[in-house]
Amino acid sequence: MNFKTTIGLEVHVELKTNSKIFSPSPVEFGDDPNANTNVIDWGYPGVLPTTNKGVVKSGIMAALALHAQVEPHTHFDRKNYFYPDNPKAYQITQSDKPIAHDGWIEIEVDGEKKRIGIAEMHIEEDAGKNTHERDYSYVDLNRQGTPLIEIVSKPEIASPDEAYAYLEALRQRIQFTGISDVKMEEGSMRVDVNISIRPEGQKEYGTKTELKNLNSFNYVRKGLAFEEQRQQRVLMSGGQIQQETRRFDETTGQTILMRVKEGSDDYRYFPEPDLPALNISDEWVNEIGAEMPEMPGSRRQRYVKELGLTDYDAMVLTQTKEMADFFDETVKLGADPKSAANYLQGDVNAFLNEQHADLQDTKLTPANLAGMINLITDGTISSKMAKKVFKAITQGKEPKAFVEEKGLVQLSDPAQLQPIIDSVLADNQQSIDDYNNGKDRAVGYLVGQIMKQTHGKANPQVVNKLLIASLKK
Amino acid sequence: MNYFEKDLTSLHDDLVAKRISVTDLVKATFDNIAATDPDLNAFLALNKDAALKKAAEMDEKGVDPDNILAGIPLAIKDNIVTKGLTTTAASKMLENFVPVYDATVVSTLNDKGVINVGKTNMDEFAMGGSTENSAFKTTKNAWDYTRVPGGSSGGSAAAVASGEVVAAFGSDTGGSIRQPSSFNGIVGMKPTYGRISRWGLIAFASSLDEIGPMTRTVKDNAILLSAVAGHDDHDLTTSTKEVPDFAAELNYQTSVKGMKIGLPKEFLGEGVDQEVKDAILAAADKYRELGATVDEVSLPHNKYGVAAYYIIASSEASSNLQRFDGIRYGHRSKDVKNLEDVYVNSRSEGFGDEVKRRIMLGTFSLSAGFYDAYFKKAAQVRTLIINDFQAVLKDHDFIMGPVAPTPAYKIGEEVSDPMTMYMNDILTIPVNLAGLPGMSIPAGFAKGMPVGMQLIGRPFDESTLYKAGYVFEQATDFHKQTPKQGGNN
Repeated sequence: MNFKTTIGLEVHVELKTNSKIFSPSPVEFGDDPNANTNVIDWGYPGVLPTTNKGVVKSGIMAALALHAQVEPHTHFDRKNYFYPDNPKAYQITQSDKPIAHDGWIEIEVDGEKKRIGIAEMHIEEDAGKNTHERDYSYVDLNRQGTPLIEIVSKPEIASPDEAYAYLEALRQRIQFTGISDVKMEEGSMRVDVNISIRPEGQKEYGTKTELKNLNSFNYVRKGLAFEEQRQQRVLMSGGQIQQETRRFDETTGQTILMRVKEGSDDYRYFPEPDLPALNISDEWVNEIGAEMPEMPGSRRQRYVKELGLTDYDAMVLTQTKEMADFFDETVKLGADPKSAANYLQGDVNAFLNEQHADLQDTKLTPANLAGMINLITDGTISSKMAKKVFKAITQGKEPKAFVEEKGLVQLSDPAQLQPIIDSVLADNQQSIDDYNNGKDRAVGYLVGQIMKQTHGKANPQVVNKLLIASLKK
Repeated sequence: MNYFEKDLTSLHDDLVAKRISVTDLVKATFDNIAATDPDLNAFLALNKDAALKKAAEMDEKGVDPDNILAGIPLAIKDNIVTKGLTTTAASKMLENFVPVYDATVVSTLNDKGVINVGKTNMDEFAMGGSTENSAFKTTKNAWDYTRVPGGSSGGSAAAVASGEVVAAFGSDTGGSIRQPSSFNGIVGMKPTYGRISRWGLIAFASSLDEIGPMTRTVKDNAILLSAVAGHDDHDLTTSTKEVPDFAAELNYQTSVKGMKIGLPKEFLGEGVDQEVKDAILAAADKYRELGATVDEVSLPHNKYGVAAYYIIASSEASSNLQRFDGIRYGHRSKDVKNLEDVYVNSRSEGFGDEVKRRIMLGTFSLSAGFYDAYFKKAAQVRTLIINDFQAVLKDHDFIMGPVAPTPAYKIGEEVSDPMTMYMNDILTIPVNLAGLPGMSIPAGFAKGMPVGMQLIGRPFDESTLYKAGYVFEQATDFHKQTPKQGGNN
């Protein structure tokens, strides 16, 4: 029997705003517990939330990045539940009229393009964090009120590979808006997954299971693949799928039953009376749209069509907005696009990997990379010297000044090179003889000698040309 | 200090002319409280040390002759948070709770030189109409100590009516300023929703709650509303509309001539005491005499107000009161083995019966499967009630009627019968549902107890209510009558 798989993804994206969604407390991580909290975050008696307009703007940017319809009349709702990390015992979220709906993103799996629909996106507050020790539990409310966008896919993802591609595309598009770091490893992107299968031809969806503890895109793919197989085995052996939550085990790659769902939780949603409804004008949406950074897809096209890069290069350069922006800036400063692309994918990437750093956290600047590439292009430095210069620009040094200071300028002037060539030839009659006897190897030796004399500064192409000419005299 | 002979203007004149110092005025106020409150029970906490300290500082600096509130001692309802001063909302849940911040109303009053003498008793979390739901004490009606002061702002009403203080602040979710004002023969204003910041008001029902002043005269009330009204960045439901100097419009020229007043027939229907009806009909005649016209009008959906209100208010309350979970502040049960015990036992021990009843009612109304039949339906009824008022107020300057169907009843008489208690709010609740301003002013007596008249205005038109109230007050002497020390009976 053949089965069709249906996967649903709920992605939480943490926004990079300065302050929290409903309180003026700073959004900062790594500070002492409860350092970034105030009476609002504590759910103190008498406090009221106020909406951070920047969060609404971010929501609109995400909606535009995901081709979604922005809801002109939206409001917040309360989701009620008791938990120590949830100080008001309700989360301010959006249930009834989320900020945007009906979007899509394009994915590509095995060369096939497909659009995955986005059912809705809403903005909401994050909860605090509980930690447990033997005799006590602790509550840290620093994260309480951190703004989140939740993006809910339509049931159109049909395989674990599609789920992976969807997450990649989603991460990339959100990353390009600049509203979030979207890093799974840092928790600024979190994924809740559900999956069901049904026999080919059956209309109704099968019973779905939810997967937890999926801390990377790879684990999402692996967990889903395992779960897809498990559900098939259950159905094939005549069993039934239970509505349950399963935990992905990173070491075994399997999913393990956590709990069986009995009915659905009742969160008693109702409109948040402390906040007026949000009216989002078309003008505001258009204004935000006009300021939106160029999305990765159109950048890729531009790189291929206008700058002559390969599809592969364009794809790699648009992995992150920082990389693409860096590239654009470098090219704008006159660097040859192909060289810039090669450097970014080669030396720069190797450097970042070695440093475990992000591009924006290093001292490397587009101006210095462009400066170095331009020095290579105009023959001022050799690509061998460029290694040294690259190291210098990773330390924030200006390439031209560095080259001059270290005397790395390539010797290309025939008037300066000829006397050196002449003196090397005078000292190496044997090599001249060898050359005249057809031994081309001798040229290499002579060039080596010249390079030695010039401490490696001679431009090898010019040396070659002048040397051959001298030998032929 | 005999506050029966004083109002804000005359107290201010005395302070400026140094006929009395701020310190002496504050001391005299505490003397009033010491003499009266052991029986009256209007106060839950006194702010004596801080009040006297501030008074001394003000005497040192001198009273600003341009600031009518400088050095005036006032009382604050105990659901409005005061930094450093116990704020309990009359609940065991918050017994000994000392807030770390001031409500916007409190900080505004503090900045204007008002001296907060203490926190007044109320029904627990403002849920009730008799102040009998206080977890701590039962406040008496200033006119008859065997009767209830009304509620939930019963402490504030009794404190003003008995002459302990010149004015107090209360809060009104379904009548909690107007009804105790009516029961105690004082002036109580529930302003338009959004007129005064709710920042620091311990929420009962967020879409209905409004803070307001309680005074013995209309003018004093107008002065206090102008002082605390206006937009607050902490409360996005506050209006950015400009706040008039309401009191400046009240003088010998103020008149109701040519005003059109609506008197809803539903407000004088079944269940309304005959003497109350008589007082209101007499007041209508008085307005006619003063040059206004009074028409009978209809608010056909008024009768659904109580049902809609108890669903909406309880639903919001069930959510608002969830924060009292025993985790961060407030009562935490000692009898706990796990997290669920912390929640269940702390809340079971900390909340009183009426609060629990409303939490259950609200939780039920919001539950999956019941939301459409209850909360959503109630929200639709609310719209119909708003439309009724809009239709009448389109061609009427304001609406008049009684505040409560009866004068103050005996302590213990109705507390065990929640349905009767809820029905008592039938004339005040629709005003909260519609977000309109409503004011109670003394309009007579029934069975020897004060009867309040309710004036209901257009959104943000407290001005007309003050004018109409002022004219009525000047033309009558109900507000001049005062209870004896210890009540009249």
